[in-house]
Amino acid sequence: MAAVQSKIQRLWDRIAVALVLALLVIMMIPLYWIGSTAFKPRADATTVPPTVFFKPEITAFIKLFTARVERRGAPNKEDYAKAPWWEKLVMDGGERFIRDDKGNIVSSGYVGRFTNSLIIAVTSTFLAVAMGTVTAYGFSRFKMPGESDWLFFILSTRMLPPVVVAIPMYLMYRTVALVDTHIGLIILYTAFNLSFSVWVMKGFIDEIPKEYEEAALVDGYTRMEAFLKIVLPQAATGIAATAVFCFITAWNEYAFALIMTLRKAQTAPPYIPSQLGSGLTDWTTIAAGAVLFLLPVMIFTFLLRNHLLRGVTFGAVRK
Amino acid sequence: MSDLAIRNWFIIPTIVFLIVFNIFPLLYSLGFSFTDYRAASNKPANFIGLQNYQELLTDDGIWNNFTITAKYVIISVAGQVVVGFGMALLLNRPIPGKGLLTTVLMLPMMMSAAVVGLFWELLYNPSWGIVNYLLGLEGMEWLSNPDVALYAIAITDIWMWSPFVMLLCLAGLSAIPSSLYEAAAIDRASGWFVFRRITLPLVAPLLLIAIIFRTMEAFKTFDIAFIMASLEETELVSIRLYKSAFQEWQTGRSCALAYIVLLAVLAITTIYIKYLNRLKER
Repeated sequence: MAAVQSKIQRLWDRIAVALVLALLVIMMIPLYWIGSTAFKPRADATTVPPTVFFKPEITAFIKLFTARVERRGAPNKEDYAKAPWWEKLVMDGGERFIRDDKGNIVSSGYVGRFTNSLIIAVTSTFLAVAMGTVTAYGFSRFKMPGESDWLFFILSTRMLPPVVVAIPMYLMYRTVALVDTHIGLIILYTAFNLSFSVWVMKGFIDEIPKEYEEAALVDGYTRMEAFLKIVLPQAATGIAATAVFCFITAWNEYAFALIMTLRKAQTAPPYIPSQLGSGLTDWTTIAAGAVLFLLPVMIFTFLLRNHLLRGVTFGAVRK
Repeated sequence: MSDLAIRNWFIIPTIVFLIVFNIFPLLYSLGFSFTDYRAASNKPANFIGLQNYQELLTDDGIWNNFTITAKYVIISVAGQVVVGFGMALLLNRPIPGKGLLTTVLMLPMMMSAAVVGLFWELLYNPSWGIVNYLLGLEGMEWLSNPDVALYAIAITDIWMWSPFVMLLCLAGLSAIPSSLYEAAAIDRASGWFVFRRITLPLVAPLLLIAIIFRTMEAFKTFDIAFIMASLEETELVSIRLYKSAFQEWQTGRSCALAYIVLLAVLAITTIYIKYLNRLKER
């Protein structure tokens, strides 16, 4: 009897594995499509029917970083012979680089947007995690009147719809000239991530036994020293996981960036879609930009894999 | 420093920061919601009382935006629960490389909604999109067809967020002691009975968290729908709010609309946080 049961069980398991694999393939098609489009020759990106097999090339990535214009007529033979291989790729596509007065190639809008994303995400993550960690320690170790109400208040700020907050913030930023500045977005993202960071860090710090600090206090450490030398090292993993989550949120944010920035401090999420519809849309270059933009998030997701559950539930569910 | 001083230095700056950058702006916009202020003009704001609220609540267009949003929330959350829970049931067994598999499945929800939306536009393209190609449909319009555009956006959202539901359900499923299933097997309980009486009740708390959280997020959806389509039939409340505030510059009126949205979100949030707290105490 038991043998029959386990046979059926094994059959079910096989069917389930097959279904999982099928599902995985379906779920991965959009990702494959983004990735493959970035390496397609431009002519293969929008064919009917869609091209699945093609000779990969990296022209799109060269175009991504450089400003180009369409060239009239055939390229100058001499120039073409002198040009490095990557410039030839662009010339073959019927375009030429835009150069400044000194003959240097002008970089595209993407480079600046990517740098802005990096500056804003890193700075706001650092601030949110630093403030969040100390606040979480305060809530975890000391009694505070109305503690759960304050924690509730902190979490509720995270739930505000971005557009609702953006309307008054835009008016306020306009009066203090913070529209389209890095600081403006850094403040918004810090505020947005701070509540998350407090909640998740509180979960991590609650797990560190109080006895360690108490032993240190007996040994003559001050409370501050105990926090810095005992608690912080113990919480290192938690801090890293929280930081990665905050970074991803700030990196991906769209609504605030769309409303608060125009050019100077614009980040990549509003910029990448705005390339669409500018003349003949070059999907390969857009895809190359998207791939580079998604890459850090993918790497971080793998690093975070054991903390994902905690992160998406604000530290409420642990495993 | 005394413990008390440390506590205050650790906690108060954060609270002040959040009040200054979240609560103060809301009070500021509450003030504007009673005026006819337009940020694009130089005219000062005139106090008009509750007129904005009155107009909004009797405006069929706004009710339509709320109806569209409700429809979107129901389709996308229901889809995520079915797909996510289904995936969790399938994955809840020993599978070689399960850890890696789960992580790969998590990728969509970690990505930027703006970029995801942009790419689904390419996938949905009527002539060269891969969706039509794989489904064998020729020239089917998705994002410019008023009848299906909202569903198309919801499908993208389901693709992105089903893994979230899966992650929570998987945590619930793996916590069910196998002795319960063994006991059910001895009693020769049917598969359906086991599912209804053991699996579902024990996963329910985490599934409910996933549902409330996704409902809240779907209600606030802006980026993905804003990027993918610009039809009247896909104008969610957040998009309406964005347009009236930053394209039509009806600042006073949009502040009032923002408050109506805010009350709705606060109601869902309160349920969510109460529930999270209860789960935490167990």
